[in-house]
Amino acid sequence: MLEIKNLHVKLEEEEKQILKGVDLTVEAGKVHAIMGPNGSGKSTLSYVLSGRDGYEVTEGSATLDGADLLEMEPEERAAAGLFLAFQYPVEIPGVGNMTFLRTAVNAQRKARGEEELSAADFLKLVREKAKSLKIDADMLKRPVNVGFSGGEKKRNEILQMAMLEPKMCILDETDSGLDVDAMKLVAEGVNALRDEGRGFLVITHYQRLLDHIKPDVVHIMADGRIVKTGGPELALEVENNGYADILAEVN
Amino acid sequence: MALPDVKQSATEARLATLRMPEAGCTRDAREAALARLRAMGLPGRRDEYWKYTRPDTLISPEAPKAEVFHTDEPMVFDGFDRLKIVFVDGVFSPEDSDDLTLEGVSIDRLEDICCKDIHWAKQLYGVLEERGQTPVQRPLAALNTAFAQDGVAIHVTGKPSKPISLIYRHDSESSDAILHHVIRVESGAEVTILENGPAASRFNKCIEIDIADGGTLHHVRAQGRDHQRRAATHMFTRLGKDSVYKSFTLTVNGVLTRNEQVVELTGDDAVAHVAGACVGDGDFHHDDTVFITHDAVNCESRQVFKKVLRNGATGVFQGKILVKEGAQKTDGYQISQSLLLDDDSQFLAKPELEIYADDVACSHGSTSGAIDETALFYLRSRGVPAKEATNMLTLAFLAEAVEEIEDEALAEDIVSRLEGWLARHS
Repeated sequence: MLEIKNLHVKLEEEEKQILKGVDLTVEAGKVHAIMGPNGSGKSTLSYVLSGRDGYEVTEGSATLDGADLLEMEPEERAAAGLFLAFQYPVEIPGVGNMTFLRTAVNAQRKARGEEELSAADFLKLVREKAKSLKIDADMLKRPVNVGFSGGEKKRNEILQMAMLEPKMCILDETDSGLDVDAMKLVAEGVNALRDEGRGFLVITHYQRLLDHIKPDVVHIMADGRIVKTGGPELALEVENNGYADILAEVN
Repeated sequence: MALPDVKQSATEARLATLRMPEAGCTRDAREAALARLRAMGLPGRRDEYWKYTRPDTLISPEAPKAEVFHTDEPMVFDGFDRLKIVFVDGVFSPEDSDDLTLEGVSIDRLEDICCKDIHWAKQLYGVLEERGQTPVQRPLAALNTAFAQDGVAIHVTGKPSKPISLIYRHDSESSDAILHHVIRVESGAEVTILENGPAASRFNKCIEIDIADGGTLHHVRAQGRDHQRRAATHMFTRLGKDSVYKSFTLTVNGVLTRNEQVVELTGDDAVAHVAGACVGDGDFHHDDTVFITHDAVNCESRQVFKKVLRNGATGVFQGKILVKEGAQKTDGYQISQSLLLDDDSQFLAKPELEIYADDVACSHGSTSGAIDETALFYLRSRGVPAKEATNMLTLAFLAEAVEEIEDEALAEDIVSRLEGWLARHS
């Protein structure tokens, strides 16, 4: 589904190479996790895939179901089925959460040539999904992420994911800033979306999120490359011994 | 002190084209205003108060021509039950207006206040304008008092069931209109005044508003879509104890607009909110000049001005809060912000505070910036196309000003106007 080949990325403004040849394939129905020390390029990978400005791809490719992601505008990537749950969800004063969700859902449907959801159908759907994430009516009415706690912001990301039903979900440090209960709630939201047709790429520092979202494959990223790939046991190894052993081993 | 020659000749050249109406009982006020005007002269480019806005075309003997804009689209406030008072190129049009009787309010044409002996109006005409001439001179308002051709006197004694809607139609491409309204809101009375329309090729309008203790006046204005029109407007408002004044102005077009609001809080616990949203494209120049004087205890004032500018448009904000000695517990807030959609547009702001009391809370802020790229990316990453996302963020930027309108239906109508502008200009 998501195929990344030999991806090299530098910062647009300066001569700093961040990704130095990332190879990664995520199959439909699978959950892949990427772990790695600070500065290894994990978040850059998520931004480049979703189309954020400021990065230049110098080599390599990234495709979603065969379509070239790197050629698309961010909104086209979204319509093609890519979703990034932000590490730091953005606050947008003046834009109601509900208005935002509805605009996004309908913009994607329109881009795919599908009929837009009626106000009533949308409302029914959003209420149902919000309930399972313990998002109350007040949070839906408030401006996007404004005044939300860390946990509320992350739950709001998962709500967007549930509403948009993407094919490929990237979660960028979704566990950061969450207490155990909030993490469980978010993980349940993610697990509810797991199905045969959907791929996940979960970026995290810590193994604990992976206790709740069980990965099929774990990758270790360091210095702009995937340096080791294994099963869920690899995450436990990191948790017990840190990255030093693995990095020493691959170097 | 004698006026500089240039100023005096410019003033006399303009006066030569004007004729003072007969208007018996307002004659003294008009003559006094003319004397004030002659003493100060019309504004010139070197005047500090006109530093950011060139007054040339507002004071020229003839009004520059302005094409009349035609549209079949519904006008702002169309769907609202209201009492319509229509002026065409600055002249009252009885056939286009509603019957002026409504419970809780009496409405008369300015020219009738003498024969009908309407005391309050005779006593108010020109008075607040004159008070508003210090400490800053406003010569175009004095000119208005002296030469106003038409206008209405609105006396609010109760709570009329619907808004009073002043509609300014523009029919002639060389019209030069001067309107002067006086409004008195009695104790405990409450009214909503709506204004819309381009009015004329050049429009000089003055409203004097006197709100008695416990009175409330809501004002919502939309200034018309004619691109080439010019307007200089003044609102002079005096508030008594426990009274409320809330004013909002939308400007979506016009080559030159100068809106001055002069507010005086003279009774304790009074509240005055003045807000504006404008969106300008190209040779649009929009100036909001506000002067709020706190002269009583525990009063609240808010100024919220938001401007969206593109393709070389210019926005100006000059706002002042003056807290007089003894005006303790004043709560003054002022914010002026611009969203510049390109590098060619500019926003010029002069926020001022002058405080002579020691127990007050006053804050002011002024910012100028581009669209928030992080927010834009966030919206786009959810599938919202760039243009639509930009429009959403633009409306969000304007929201704080629009939210100053208390009536939700009116606020929605204003938002739909803004959406229309964004759709036409993106």
